[in-house]
Amino acid sequence: MALVCLHGPLRELAGGRATQQVSGADVQTVLRGLEDLHPSVCGWILDERGTIRRHINVFVNGERGGEGTSVSAGDRLEVLPAITGGT
Amino acid sequence: MTELLVGSKKGLIVLEGDPGAGEPFAVRCRAFPGEPVDFAMRDPASRRILATVTSPFYGPKIWFADDPAGEWTQAEGVALPEGSEEALERIWVIVAGDGGSLYAGGDPGVLFESRDGGQSWELNRALRQRRVDEDWQPGGGGLCLHSIVPWPGEPDRLSLAVSAAGVWHTDDHGETWSQGNRGILARYLPEEAREGSSQLCVHRMERAARRPERMFIQFHGGVYRSDDAGRSWSAIGEGLPSDFGFPLTTDPSDPDSAYVIPLRGDFDRVMPDGQVRVYETRDGGASWTPRGEGLPDHQAYLTVLRRAFDRAGEGEGLQLYFGATSGDVFGSGDAGESWFTAASRLPPVFSVTATA
Repeated sequence: MALVCLHGPLRELAGGRATQQVSGADVQTVLRGLEDLHPSVCGWILDERGTIRRHINVFVNGERGGEGTSVSAGDRLEVLPAITGGT
Repeated sequence: MTELLVGSKKGLIVLEGDPGAGEPFAVRCRAFPGEPVDFAMRDPASRRILATVTSPFYGPKIWFADDPAGEWTQAEGVALPEGSEEALERIWVIVAGDGGSLYAGGDPGVLFESRDGGQSWELNRALRQRRVDEDWQPGGGGLCLHSIVPWPGEPDRLSLAVSAAGVWHTDDHGETWSQGNRGILARYLPEEAREGSSQLCVHRMERAARRPERMFIQFHGGVYRSDDAGRSWSAIGEGLPSDFGFPLTTDPSDPDSAYVIPLRGDFDRVMPDGQVRVYETRDGGASWTPRGEGLPDHQAYLTVLRRAFDRAGEGEGLQLYFGATSGDVFGSGDAGESWFTAASRLPPVFSVTATA
């Protein structure tokens, strides 16, 4: 299980919990697992293609990752809005 | 009292006022602060407000509320099928159909229908398949389905306009779709490529309420009228300072009426001569009259986007409202004879809808 850390509206959509334990071998699978746990999250992080939205950053143990980045038990995933998104 | 729902780059701004007073409207509330609100409308059936919000972080969503100052709920089903090769980019417009449905149009050229007052939406798969099978080209604002035009009294008939994929019609409630582009001249294409091209950048389309087979479009260079339900089109832009612009509206009581807001051209999308002017026709486009009393008449280089012009009422009491990317909103309570400033110093205005 990885520890997924959520902020802002994502935290609200996930039942108000700042952290969630979610299983999965890569970032996309973990995020899909998060959607299964909290269907309200669907469409907010991953789009219809399964791609992380352009102005969302996912960090795995402090390093920026992509959909295919490997995840191991105990890893920490931070899901954060990017600084590029607001104009 | 008239209500204006102003979609802006930084939230939904709800204005209220009396157009007869000629005074700025009051800001009743601001919702979705900091977020781009592309469009908002009050459903005439349920009185519920629906807003389309494209968060730069979290993607496009439709929200609804009975009270815009209260709680908003996210609608369901506003997405392409999972595993699509492209993603939903934006919802441009929501329109009430004639049979109780609501329709939403968006980028990439998609149509959604809601049969429960906007709580849940279903993608029109027949139109989606046309987009998948055919090479639709996006305009500068994306592949936007921005105009949805019901046929009064016939809920299965609907017309759409897509930038830049032209005009589409259905007579069977969206089971099948056909194009209606004959006569539209795309001056931005080489002459040899114009005939039969579907790369048609319609900016806004409307139907004459009392003569449904009559329709108008503001094109990317050209204003057109159709008298055969949008199958073929005739240019009616002569007499305008420019036939380029984005929005268009009509007086529901008069099938010969249309209002446009010309911009200099696609090379310079501001009002000609620094003068804010709305142009009105009452003879189906044979002639145009500038309407500018009360509007800025010098050093005003404004841009009005395609969904930022709306009306309420009809006839002599027709109210007209438009908002500019400068953050100004102007209104008329007498069918364009005179104008007043309804709001100023708002964020850039994306859309305006009016309910009297």
